[in-house]
Amino acid sequence: MATVKFDNATRVYPGNDSPSVDQLNIDIEDGEFLVLVGPSGCGKSTSLRMLAGLEEVNDGKIWIGDRDVTDLSPKDRDVAMVFQNYALYPHMSVAENMGFALKIAGEDKAQIRERVEEAAKILDLTQFLDRKPKALSGGQRQRVAMGRAIVRSPQVFLMDEPLSNLDAKLRVQTRTQIASLQRRLGVTTVYVTHDQVEAMTMGDRVALLKDGILQQCDSPRRMYDHPDNVFVAGFIGSPAMNLVSTPVVDGGVDFGTTTLQVERDALAEAGSRVIVGIRPEDVELTSEGDGMAIVVDVVEELGADAYIYGSAEDAAQVDSGEDDDGVKPFIARVDGRRPPRKGETIYIKPQEGHLHVFNAESGHRIGH
Amino acid sequence: MGTIPNPVDGEDIHEEVREETRVGDKTSATGTGKTPGKKRRTASGSASQAKNFLSSPGASLVAIVIAALWTLPTIGLLVTSFREQRDINNTGWWTSFTNPGSYTLENYQAALRPGDSASMVDYFVNSIVIVLPAVLLPLLLASLAAYAFAWIDFPGRNWLFVAVFALQIVPLQVALVPLLRLYTDAGVEGTYWTVWISHTIFALPLAVFLIHNFMKEIPASLMEAARVDGAGHVRIFFQLLMPLIGPALASFGIFQFLWVWNDLLVSLVFLGGTPDVAPITVRIAELSGSRGSAWHVLSAGAFISMIVPVAVFLGLQRYFVRGLLAGGLKG
Repeated sequence: MATVKFDNATRVYPGNDSPSVDQLNIDIEDGEFLVLVGPSGCGKSTSLRMLAGLEEVNDGKIWIGDRDVTDLSPKDRDVAMVFQNYALYPHMSVAENMGFALKIAGEDKAQIRERVEEAAKILDLTQFLDRKPKALSGGQRQRVAMGRAIVRSPQVFLMDEPLSNLDAKLRVQTRTQIASLQRRLGVTTVYVTHDQVEAMTMGDRVALLKDGILQQCDSPRRMYDHPDNVFVAGFIGSPAMNLVSTPVVDGGVDFGTTTLQVERDALAEAGSRVIVGIRPEDVELTSEGDGMAIVVDVVEELGADAYIYGSAEDAAQVDSGEDDDGVKPFIARVDGRRPPRKGETIYIKPQEGHLHVFNAESGHRIGH
Repeated sequence: MGTIPNPVDGEDIHEEVREETRVGDKTSATGTGKTPGKKRRTASGSASQAKNFLSSPGASLVAIVIAALWTLPTIGLLVTSFREQRDINNTGWWTSFTNPGSYTLENYQAALRPGDSASMVDYFVNSIVIVLPAVLLPLLLASLAAYAFAWIDFPGRNWLFVAVFALQIVPLQVALVPLLRLYTDAGVEGTYWTVWISHTIFALPLAVFLIHNFMKEIPASLMEAARVDGAGHVRIFFQLLMPLIGPALASFGIFQFLWVWNDLLVSLVFLGGTPDVAPITVRIAELSGSRGSAWHVLSAGAFISMIVPVAVFLGLQRYFVRGLLAGGLKG
């Protein structure tokens, strides 16, 4: 068990001008479950591989506990990694797979057997110990990969999208299993995923990366309630936050037919336009002439709730930097029992205290 | 997924691109540059066309005829080897079907009896002594080199690999005289070392290339997992890769075995015809040349020399097919 510290860690791939991971600074506490999340190509896997020692660190340092591991080879770092494709050794049995690291470390056979069996019991793999990986199902293979990490009782677990090869149902199940297992073992864990739901549900803290740059590192709650910038706001949350570019007017910002109150001080440096963000569940239906007019395109009824996908007549949605193409619809969650009909024009405004305002140019959060 | 990629799962791709075959053919014929993805589809398209063509009844008939024609001399040899010396010298082997004379094991006894002037046992042993190191040495060296080329990043790696591959165009035959000179200077002329070394160095380029391609197919994350587990290069090579590249080793091993076992020229040049080092091929050539009269021993001896490669081939053929497919389809 140990803390992990990325200290300005930078990785530039040969032949690239811009770094894939740019001056990453994260302090991970002992026993913490940190999730690295971001769109593909954001450098999250590279960061993990830098920590594992599989990727060179061009600048900065990486610490595990009080050891500087920046230039150590993977085997000297005392970390265990779970790979996306599990990377089980195909010619070895489950027990041999799990005991491989211990065998290399020179543990005696009885000891290895004991620890493998212990881990197998935790993961419910006891009956498969003599099988080869090819005779296992996807979920079982995933558990063997986990087992291989657990058996070593390393200082840090590294997991590189370990759930992405499972089907949707198993993924949700395994998600909770991994999270609870981690809490039980108390081993510091760094987990990489591109799925923000996974990130929000599993992590003690979530670090969101984009183009190799850390955007925000906070608890899931904080990420959700106080996104530091437009990108974080758009990435975290499903369905995504509505982001609308509006002009600044006297006493606040313009929102359709009304003016939303925003502190004057906060707006002082913002310029003439800002981006306001409203989560779908923070949308309040109002009457005509109050708020923004939305034409309902699609109504998704989910029983308790309904989601409206509409287009605003006089305001365009802002691209938060994700690679969604096309025009993003305006999304609002409404009461499932009385949803508006398709084609109807509705008026909406954000609920009191749930408005996010961002600088239109820098994308940074303004105010509270 | 923990298993090496299955090399023969291209079946569905075949179906999918069947219509594209014509277009694909045109592209490959004109050789215009296309994206790799396109190329792969094209290759499968022609493959499926070829498969259709080759499994048609007409093609099967032709194949059977060819097989029969090519097997005929072997059958003749087999029959001859069991006939009596007098019969062999007087009539053709085919007459023994219509007019069966007496069959005998005498020829084989003569060929295998130690100490007999016609004995082939010494030469047979020589052949085995030559072939084992000449197969195992290149296999070991080539897989070590292939590992370095595939999984160790060092400066100039790609250039060096191209250079090694390019060496394939140098045939052993053009190097016979320079090599012989070198061996003589080193004082090893006429010993097994000459053939071992010659066969090894000229096998290496192809071996490195084949095994490299096969190794490259193994997912990188396996090696990374092993490194995180604490394994160094030596352990990764022997405990992880060696078991996985078995098919490649077997298929190249068969090639090399057949080539060395059947080799006459190299042995003749470097070893000469002395009974203590010459292999069975040299002896058989001698028999059919200077002792043209000893047909009975020749036929038996030739058949004995054929048995070994056939046995090796049958023993390893499942690896042989798998290995070739694995290297070829996904290379």
